[in-house]
Amino acid sequence: MTNKEYIDYVNKKTPNSKILKNTVLAFIIGGLICCVGQAFSDFYRIMFNLSAEDAKTAVPITMVFLGALFTGLNLYNKLARYAGAGTIVPITGFANSIVSPAMEFKREGLVLGLGAKMFTVAGPVLVYGITASVIVGLIYYFIGGMM
Amino acid sequence: MQTIKLKTPVSILSSASVAGVKEGLGPLKNFYDKVLEDAEWGEKTWEKTESKMQTFAVTKALEKANLKPTDMNYIFAGDLLNQCIASSFGLRNLEIPFFGLYGACSTMAESTSLASITVSSGYADYAVAVTSSHFCTAERQYRQPLEYGGQRPPSAQWTVTGSGAMVLGTGKSPYITHITTGKIVDMGINDANNMGAAMAPAAIDTLTAHFKDTGRTSDFYDLIVTGDLGKIGKEIVIEKMLEKGYDMRSNYNDCGCMVFDLEKQDMHAGGSGCGCIAITLCGFIMEKIKSGELKNVLFAGTGALLSPTSTLQGETIPGIAHAVAISREVD
Amino acid sequence: MAYLGSFIVGGILCAIAQILIDKTKLTPARILVLYVVVGTVLGALGLYDIIERVGHAGATVPLMGFGNTLAKGVMKAVNEKGFIGIFTGGITAAAGGITASILFGFLVALIFTPKDKY
Repeated sequence: MTNKEYIDYVNKKTPNSKILKNTVLAFIIGGLICCVGQAFSDFYRIMFNLSAEDAKTAVPITMVFLGALFTGLNLYNKLARYAGAGTIVPITGFANSIVSPAMEFKREGLVLGLGAKMFTVAGPVLVYGITASVIVGLIYYFIGGMM
Repeated sequence: MQTIKLKTPVSILSSASVAGVKEGLGPLKNFYDKVLEDAEWGEKTWEKTESKMQTFAVTKALEKANLKPTDMNYIFAGDLLNQCIASSFGLRNLEIPFFGLYGACSTMAESTSLASITVSSGYADYAVAVTSSHFCTAERQYRQPLEYGGQRPPSAQWTVTGSGAMVLGTGKSPYITHITTGKIVDMGINDANNMGAAMAPAAIDTLTAHFKDTGRTSDFYDLIVTGDLGKIGKEIVIEKMLEKGYDMRSNYNDCGCMVFDLEKQDMHAGGSGCGCIAITLCGFIMEKIKSGELKNVLFAGTGALLSPTSTLQGETIPGIAHAVAISREVD
Repeated sequence: MAYLGSFIVGGILCAIAQILIDKTKLTPARILVLYVVVGTVLGALGLYDIIERVGHAGATVPLMGFGNTLAKGVMKAVNEKGFIGIFTGGITAAAGGITASILFGFLVALIFTPKDKY
């Protein structure tokens, strides 16, 4: 049996993820998390008279706080078991990916553990997000004027 | 020949096991010497907990055999952590001449093999074999932080929290009679979430070699167990061994499928880790051998010789399996 | 209406990611990187505005919205400050989210300890 034959055989034997169920759950829970964001947006605009622009900053801050808190309370991973991408894609998932290694590696020290490991999962998002924004800026600067 | 028949059969004088919370809720819960009440067992880090489990397993096994650490000529130990710290830190106060091993999850079979060889060859009167794994220490080293919200695919396995130790010497039943040392086998699987499939070819290779070398058929054994292939790996072994002419459908099982109730405990493909076969062997299986329900047992520890680095670099997963034959009676 | 839009657009963005994870074995970290980059590109092209008009928080809460914020910020800064804006625009616009992540991440990690999964 060659490696390729074996890999094909294994792929047939390995049960697939229940994509339909997972996707529906991701849709519902992810959608609900976004609705929570919308509720905060309305709340800030009506109660605190925040401008739409400021509310756009306040909402992610709030959602990040909630994501971090639920992670600390050992609840976020429990929800994520069912929600999958529904808890990864919202910015609460970004917070989870920052808090979870920070908590986990606290035992290796506050600087080299908590501090250093905080961005092991989320770091790439900043690296590629910021790099992409710089590329956008460059293109916009040089040819944007022409558009 | 990959198999040796020990010149002097080696006695398993005693065995002891300690299991984690989840394992303590599993079907083999009554066979462990101790079940932890939480993941920490009073320690500040899970690494310390894992070390403590090894200390406990060895101390308990020695106590059962009525022997002292100073009676031991060698201890063969290993675990999954970088630089095998669970073993070296857990055993540093016992003052037994120490060999640290790394065989991934095959370590129980590797340590038992080497301990048996030293005893059988007469270089040791007594030797100990021990290993451990801990879900929390393995997760942070190989996977994600515990609180990270991720989903596990159905082929993923769950690292067993537990430690098992065996004290070997000479004289009384049951005996270790044969040792088949496995070769590294890599069939090109690179999915770290499908370790059972990665290790199964090694198990098949070693089991086949064992049967060929000893002239035994698979039904010589009341029970053949592999370490932690889980549901998928177990099916592969049964099918592929059948193709080779070894019908193991009735007497073969995998510790990864025995240690948990896969459905009720939502364990996906089953248990894994050094502790998986260690606690199943040192608890349930040894108990059944002692009671006479099992007369001849072949256990094969299976290991996936990957590291987080090799996974990130896109390497495939080499597997290993070592088999050890145990019999109640020798001729 | 804003809530229905949030639910559906947010839900769809999550569902696409779930299908990618299950079908392609892309790890969540890669999905996040992909989403933020796609968000940046869509933001730069002005297409994310359309998604946001329909989706409201369903467009801003998912990480793609973070990418959009970066793109919008850098373009605004280039307009206002010229070349230097290329360097300052993205993070300036996203400063709230990034600072909150670090601050709350730090505080929560100080206070809480991870728990075993039983």
